[in-house]
Amino acid sequence: MATVAPQRTRPGRGTELALLVPALAVGIGAYALVGLGTAGELPPGLLGFAAGLTALAVGVHLVLRWRAPFADPVLLPTAVAINGLGLAMIRRIDVAYAARDRVTDFAGRQMGWTALGMVLAVAVIVLLRDHRTLRRYTYTAMVIGLVLLVLPLVPGLGTEINGARIWIQVFGGSFQPAELAKIVLAIFFAGYLVTNRDTLALAGPKVLGLQLPRLRDLGPILLAWAVALLVLVGERDLGTSLLFFGLFVAMLYLATERLSWVVIGLVLFAGGAALAASTFGHVAARFEAWLHAFDNDVFNASPGGSGQLVRGLFGLASGGLFGTGLGQGRPDLVPFAESDFIVASVGEELGLTGLLAILVCYLILTERGLRTAIGVRDGFGKLLAGGLAFTIAFQSFVVVGGVTRLIPLTGLTMPFLAYGGSSLISNWIVVALLLRISDHARRPADLAPPSNQGSSADDQLTERITVRAPDAPGGAR
Amino acid sequence: MSELTITLLRLGYLVLLWAFVFAAIGVLRADIYGTRVVQRRLRSTTKEEPQYGRRATDTPATPVPVPVPVPGQPAVPRRLVVTSGPLRGTTVPLGSAAILIGRAPSCTLVLDDDYSSQRHARLYSEAGQWYLEDLGSTNGTFIGRDRVTEPTPVGPGTQLRVGQSTLELQR
Repeated sequence: MATVAPQRTRPGRGTELALLVPALAVGIGAYALVGLGTAGELPPGLLGFAAGLTALAVGVHLVLRWRAPFADPVLLPTAVAINGLGLAMIRRIDVAYAARDRVTDFAGRQMGWTALGMVLAVAVIVLLRDHRTLRRYTYTAMVIGLVLLVLPLVPGLGTEINGARIWIQVFGGSFQPAELAKIVLAIFFAGYLVTNRDTLALAGPKVLGLQLPRLRDLGPILLAWAVALLVLVGERDLGTSLLFFGLFVAMLYLATERLSWVVIGLVLFAGGAALAASTFGHVAARFEAWLHAFDNDVFNASPGGSGQLVRGLFGLASGGLFGTGLGQGRPDLVPFAESDFIVASVGEELGLTGLLAILVCYLILTERGLRTAIGVRDGFGKLLAGGLAFTIAFQSFVVVGGVTRLIPLTGLTMPFLAYGGSSLISNWIVVALLLRISDHARRPADLAPPSNQGSSADDQLTERITVRAPDAPGGAR
Repeated sequence: MSELTITLLRLGYLVLLWAFVFAAIGVLRADIYGTRVVQRRLRSTTKEEPQYGRRATDTPATPVPVPVPVPGQPAVPRRLVVTSGPLRGTTVPLGSAAILIGRAPSCTLVLDDDYSSQRHARLYSEAGQWYLEDLGSTNGTFIGRDRVTEPTPVGPGTQLRVGQSTLELQR
């Protein structure tokens, strides 16, 4: 057996500040290039944009110095870089729409959402001093999560846009509750699985060399599957359903280390998807557009055709290796270039080289989340960090896979990049939670002499856990 | 603006993007290699540490030298050290609060050990003296060879056995 020898970890706030410089340059540079590419001059709002983004990023950085000094130094700069680039890209699409007499202000609204998202992230970091507090609300989280998930089905509240019923109308704006539901459900799954993982890991019959769980323990996964199918059927959204079920299976695997759960999950989902594809027209149309995208009939089919998908592919192709340059492509030819197909827009203007850099950024975000899960010392934190990191990876995979025709197209959003307030806000909350957990993970465990700065805070922490331990949920067995 | 400048800016931006990515990866690299993984068996052969399962009745050979108690001053343990077992090397600072040992995630010291119970044992202090109490565990808690049946006072250097782990209070 191997042990991990602890080493002195640096808080990493200096590194974070240093990384924020190129991260901000990525966003602000893209914004400037959009102006140069479209109008031949620097855009008028450049200074305001630069000042706003810098102020927000430095603000979060200062709050981290104050409240979570050991938080991961890479998470914030990476999120800022992708978000800034996304804002520039959305501005570029606004300009393209304006050239075709379609007046939109997606970028302006997205900037508002960015500010709100980062303020909420700060609120999470300041108010949530210890992520283990969330474990007390395990079953409250379950109720809230399920309500959020089925909220769009409520008549009068939910609205159907472009065939999918995943929005609700509140305060005159539309909101996607599933985006928040993923965070709340990750909290529920983490709290539930950390208590029940021993039972779920028990060995059952062995089939074809695969150790299956006991049949009577299949209840939770079947329940999750049923809810996922309900979402798929009721809201006509493959993406939310896939995210919900995938999150559950991934966290089940994290909690029990049993590969059989993944196999069971894949089999169940394949069965459900096949059933849905043969029963419901809209799912069948998605499959048809995926498998026979270049078919003339499928391309021209009015609802649910593959026109959008194929135009996105043409955009990616015209971008080539190095892209057309920001402001010089035609991303507006693809419907929903600012949200569902922003990956194709970025791929067209920055080329494969730029798109791969962005994908590596998502890889870094995910890796930091999983590293946090390895480092943190309590089971609940491990599962929560692992689950949240999984949502980022899974959403990126499903969106990029859909746009590049690897898997059928779904209605998920690219984290931080795509236009959409609910998605942006919930992803900033995800990053804030990961920062909070990573602060615990990277904080030195051994308490050095009292002269050490970090030790006094640590002392209180240990003290608090100890006092709370006897009545913590799941403690008594 | 000339075509050349635009092209240079376009390629320059891609360079910037990758520069950021590599800067971030550079930080990760330091982070990933910052954790040193040590083979336990290797270490125990090179460093003549007490063999696993050693009885406390043997000569007290502990990895960390226990300081000699100063006369006239009660020996107050400052930390709990896991000296053998899956968590060897883990230390828990002792404050005034009790310490719960077991497999349950809510314990202060969470043992990843099939031979320990969910809530196995408790260490608590009363008037400066630490006591070890078994919480009805299946496999028992031992001080040396003796199974703990009632709260037993423990001092620095005493070997406590919980499942596969040996614990020790240190000053």
